[in-house]
Amino acid sequence: MEGATQTETKIRAESGIESGPRGPGCSLRHFACEQNLLSRPDGSASFLQGDTSVLAGVYGPAEVKVSKEIFNKATLEVTLRPKIGLPGVAEKSRERLIRNTCEAVVLGALHPRTSITVVLQVVSDAGSLLACCLNAACMALVDAGVPMRALFCGVTCALDSDGNLLLDPTAKQEKEARAVLTFALDSVERKLLMSTTKGLYSDAELQQCLAAAQAASQHVFRFYRESLQRRYSKS
Amino acid sequence: MAAPAFEPGRQSDLLVKLNRLLERCLRNSKCIDTESLCVVAGEKVWQIRVDLHLLNHDGNIIDAASIAAIVALCHFRRPDVSVQGDEVTLYTLEERDPVPLSIHHMPICVSFAFFQQGTYLLVDPNEREERVMDGLLVIAMNKHREICTIQSSCGIMLLKDQVLRCSKIAGVKVAEITELIQKALENDQKVRKEGGKFGFAESIANQRITAFRMEKAPIDTSDVEEKAEEIISEAEPPSEVVSKPVLWTPGTAQIGEGIENSWGDLEDSEKEDEDEGGSDEAIILDSIKMDTGEVSNIGSQDAPIVLSDSEEEEMIILEPDKNRKKIRTQTISATQVKAPSKKPVKKRKKKRAAN
Repeated sequence: MEGATQTETKIRAESGIESGPRGPGCSLRHFACEQNLLSRPDGSASFLQGDTSVLAGVYGPAEVKVSKEIFNKATLEVTLRPKIGLPGVAEKSRERLIRNTCEAVVLGALHPRTSITVVLQVVSDAGSLLACCLNAACMALVDAGVPMRALFCGVTCALDSDGNLLLDPTAKQEKEARAVLTFALDSVERKLLMSTTKGLYSDAELQQCLAAAQAASQHVFRFYRESLQRRYSKS
Repeated sequence: MAAPAFEPGRQSDLLVKLNRLLERCLRNSKCIDTESLCVVAGEKVWQIRVDLHLLNHDGNIIDAASIAAIVALCHFRRPDVSVQGDEVTLYTLEERDPVPLSIHHMPICVSFAFFQQGTYLLVDPNEREERVMDGLLVIAMNKHREICTIQSSCGIMLLKDQVLRCSKIAGVKVAEITELIQKALENDQKVRKEGGKFGFAESIANQRITAFRMEKAPIDTSDVEEKAEEIISEAEPPSEVVSKPVLWTPGTAQIGEGIENSWGDLEDSEKEDEDEGGSDEAIILDSIKMDTGEVSNIGSQDAPIVLSDSEEEEMIILEPDKNRKKIRTQTISATQVKAPSKKPVKKRKKKRAAN
């Protein structure tokens, strides 16, 4: 790796209001991402959103057990490990959501009868965990060189009891919210890949959250692009 | 995650060995004062659990795991509790500062790999070296040069002075590592007191080219409402789905009657042609043909009828002394007319070759 070329571009934060009334004032927390930090997995990434951090490792395309092989495309497996304790049912359901998202973008047909394994380890959880897992998984898949038709990102919205929209909520905000919605959006046309929601909300609010998530995803994709530019640029 | 060979769920031999070694090293050496964890004698006690997550296996996970475990125990703070007579008060983290565990000493494992029947010795082997080594010797020692655990695996035979030499090397290594740990713990304490940032987030090295940061970014969501209204006004209303629940008893409701069992009948069971019209409205009722339903038309003779549960499109089964008959089709728009018949029909599950 080359030495330190300090080309960090910091996006100047405005007055840094966490959340306000609907409209300008929603903000995403501080992001950081590091790729290729583990030597054994084919691709690895650690993604930080505020205090939430997730480490992802990708193995693939690799050999697959005959019982699990699919004749015309790659078998995608996702494992999510919580920080404390053994994985339970909540982890299983999140694994399924992440797997469905990845299957929609990964070009499995290029690697039939192989397996692509994504292992996610929760390092700390301070709100919007599923979105952070999705982002980490995407960066790890990019680092591993798995062919994809688009990048994807996860965005979480919370609706509090007054109907205010909060993007990228912290754990405290999630607990007090009336509804928490997580969306996975793709990078080409910002279409919806996966959505999972918890709580009570009207269909107008759903569409508003989705539109806000699309606006937020632009920032996330810009972050991906800049971080990959930093890594692969020659200057 | 640590290595491609490690599958989730099943613990491989290596991990079981590691687990057992760490248990012996930490529990049996009594490095933690377990008596201080007691709250009310005979009734309440604190239980401490250490979860080790292996991130990357590039050799010598035993040493790394033992260092991580003991540092985590030193770093841990438990909630404060006070006992007044029979009353036990547990203070939350906001009320009172949490209390550290009382640790007597810090055992740290050092591994030695042997090659060529003890001729060559390597401290802290990496993954390639581990694969070709003859045997492994693990010594767990603390900074007072007391051996807490010693384990030799793969059945190599070592001379007495070889083991003594290893223990001297281990003593030196453990002293270095213990100093490193103390410095890191003090650093963390200082940063927490001063209110700076700590934790995993700060361990990402900014100067690396593979790392990137972005500060808080505000998002403009002012046009969110208009966009949402646009979408809703243009959207089609959802299709009408009417479900008619049937209430059997208080607490039991049924929607639809399900479709018929497609496993095939058991031997000598009376065939009941149930009305398949109980399923939801969307499906055209007359044309659903289940296998058994169809077979019952045909199988009204004494000759055994062949049933199969395979999902093939069309199956033609040869029957003795019979013309070929179509047993089943998968398409919904079947043309056979179902004659309701309640006579018992013999059914066989096994396929019999036409004889």
